[in-house]
Amino acid sequence: MMSELPAEFIVKIDYDRCRRCKRCVMNCSFGCMQFKDRVVPEHKNCVACHRCATFCPESAITITRNELAYKENANWMPEIRKNILKQAQTGGILLTGMGNPRPYQILWDHMLIDACQVTNPSIDPLREPMELRTFLGRKPDRLEFAHNKDGEIDLVTELQPQVKLDVPVLFGAMSYGAISLNAHRALAMAANRSGTLMNTGEGGLHKDLYPYAGNIIVQVASGRFGVHSEYLNTSAMVEIKIGQGAKPGIGGHLPGEKVGEEISKTRMIPVGTDAISPAPHHDIYSIEDLSQLIFAIKEAVDYTKPVSVKISAVHNVAAIASGIVRAGADVVTIDGFKGGTGASPMVIRDNVGIPIELALAAVDQRLRDEGIRNNASIICAGGIRSSGDVAKAIALGADATVIGTAALVAMGCRICQKCYTGNCAWGIATQKPELTRRLDPEVGAQRLSNLLTAWSLELKEILGSLGVNSIESLRGSRERLRGIDLDEQTLKLLGIKPAGIGQ
Amino acid sequence: MVMEIDCKGMYYKKLNKMIRNAIDKNETEFVLNNINGQRYIGNGINEKIKITINGVPGNDLATFMNGPSLIINANGQDGLANTMNAGEIIVHGSAGDVLGYGMRGGKLLIRDNVGYRTGIHMKEYKKQVPVIIVGGVAGDFCGEYMAGGVLVLLGLDKDDDTPIAGDYLGTGMHGGVIYIRGEVEEHTLGAEVSVLELNDKDIKLLKKHLGEYCKHFGLDLEEVMSKPFIKLLPVSSRPYGNLYAY
Repeated sequence: MMSELPAEFIVKIDYDRCRRCKRCVMNCSFGCMQFKDRVVPEHKNCVACHRCATFCPESAITITRNELAYKENANWMPEIRKNILKQAQTGGILLTGMGNPRPYQILWDHMLIDACQVTNPSIDPLREPMELRTFLGRKPDRLEFAHNKDGEIDLVTELQPQVKLDVPVLFGAMSYGAISLNAHRALAMAANRSGTLMNTGEGGLHKDLYPYAGNIIVQVASGRFGVHSEYLNTSAMVEIKIGQGAKPGIGGHLPGEKVGEEISKTRMIPVGTDAISPAPHHDIYSIEDLSQLIFAIKEAVDYTKPVSVKISAVHNVAAIASGIVRAGADVVTIDGFKGGTGASPMVIRDNVGIPIELALAAVDQRLRDEGIRNNASIICAGGIRSSGDVAKAIALGADATVIGTAALVAMGCRICQKCYTGNCAWGIATQKPELTRRLDPEVGAQRLSNLLTAWSLELKEILGSLGVNSIESLRGSRERLRGIDLDEQTLKLLGIKPAGIGQ
Repeated sequence: MVMEIDCKGMYYKKLNKMIRNAIDKNETEFVLNNINGQRYIGNGINEKIKITINGVPGNDLATFMNGPSLIINANGQDGLANTMNAGEIIVHGSAGDVLGYGMRGGKLLIRDNVGYRTGIHMKEYKKQVPVIIVGGVAGDFCGEYMAGGVLVLLGLDKDDDTPIAGDYLGTGMHGGVIYIRGEVEEHTLGAEVSVLELNDKDIKLLKKHLGEYCKHFGLDLEEVMSKPFIKLLPVSSRPYGNLYAY
């Protein structure tokens, strides 16, 4: 039986404008653009990455949806039928890339920020100092001081290691393997310039990036790829990865064909072998076991760096986060169900987990209720798209936020969701040398830095309009948020009042 | 000079700090007496020091360890050699669960029995080939997810009714080799492994590692080698390569 998939997109070429320079053919990494006596697109291969259209000097290329590839049906949408056809052909688990694309409600867009008028003056951030500096790590319950023998006052309380951020936005955990070394370089350089952190993900740290140690979170995941004592110590912070928003509860799998010479060195596995990360850490079956690994890492770094534990936002996230803090983590990173991935089974990405907004509110509230909120910083990840989202997350209780997809978009990503194929035309989610060289790390770093500069300016504008002069003053200040078009239960969970209600 | 530490009632944090500070002062040999459950001994140490442990050390011994050699004159607990990179651990007794998790190099030699998930996700890289030798028997999920290295089960002193390994032996295995002295029943094997006979190269490798093992524990190599071995190898280095639709 024929079950050929119809083309998802139609590539239209304006032959009046096309001057047959073949630039589109050279740029297409999915085998769509072909040259016969003229450019002839193989529509079925198009993934709408827009590389060809972007680089066409004559603007002769338009990519459109293949509207009637599937006859309209409100129940049997094209995506669903495409998936059934694919699985009927292959019998396989559907793989996908990037974050959840389904039209679930975006709660950030149902929250509005307060501003000052008349009775409480706003502040002009262009002329007055405005503080975005954030410290990640365990804060003491109290500070104790004592007079020393010279009669001066000394701090007696032993402070735990802290990481200073100039902007409360970190780059998300994306491994070298999922993304290219040039992308990793760009992230490390930008983190260094902007005073923030990048995160190695679970693929180890390439030696070229060791000079950026002060701006790097090194991850320890279940596969322990490239994890050794030097790696742990080449960092600002160490993160135990338990879960990822795009694929809660499941492991990872870097196929052997992506494990070339450099990745092999970084992950410390032979060239061409699969890098399989088991779903759980098999040395962690309980909070007590987690504590054991946290302190194993603290011992290995001699208690000089904070240790973060990253989990996916799941139903019971608040209780789990409480356990994580009590286990000794200095930072809890929560990744919401819109977080991205290099590769994940579609059924998991699209159906498992909860929105980060609700998870964040629940975790912050739980830690406050238990009187342990100061024991750990909260990092909020998975679906942060703008400085507005950052401000709302911080008002809901986050210490800092994470951008993964937004960072990739800044480097050129068009969210075509084909990361798992390794054919990324923009040189980001690929290991093919002819593609990775398309991403100039210097240009990438500049664009990432620009994005953070822009968001910093915007955050300062928001703070100014709120009449506060530091991000500290907004942190956990839910009174400055209002909900719109939200039901009572959701408002209650978010801990905010509906718009229209004053104090 | 050998630095002797009486560890009675000492918290691990203090003990390990003491060892690290002494290493900074070029101390190379330690004897820890009255050890009773202190965790993380040898953790993250890169220097080629020697530590003799008298008493039962706690969990995660030698985690991230990269060089030292440890002798335990007692049993070990869980998580020995977790993500270990290089070095040597000799246990004059039995040890618990999840030994050699993600171990990438060095040796873990155990005189007696071990618990569940021994050698889980052990891997090798170029010249770094980790070796675990168990004198007795192993629990379930032995060699799970194994991606490299050498795991040997000897089953010495066991009676005929006791299986040498539990169920799901080598499940998810996609690299490395498991040598077993004796037989295993087919139904105890993971789906990803197959049983093979040893070749000359295997015998040579085994003799090398077991020679060393026998020296440590005062055993007779010929007697250990007198019983036939089998070898388990992964069926594929890509066990999950065909699971997905692209």
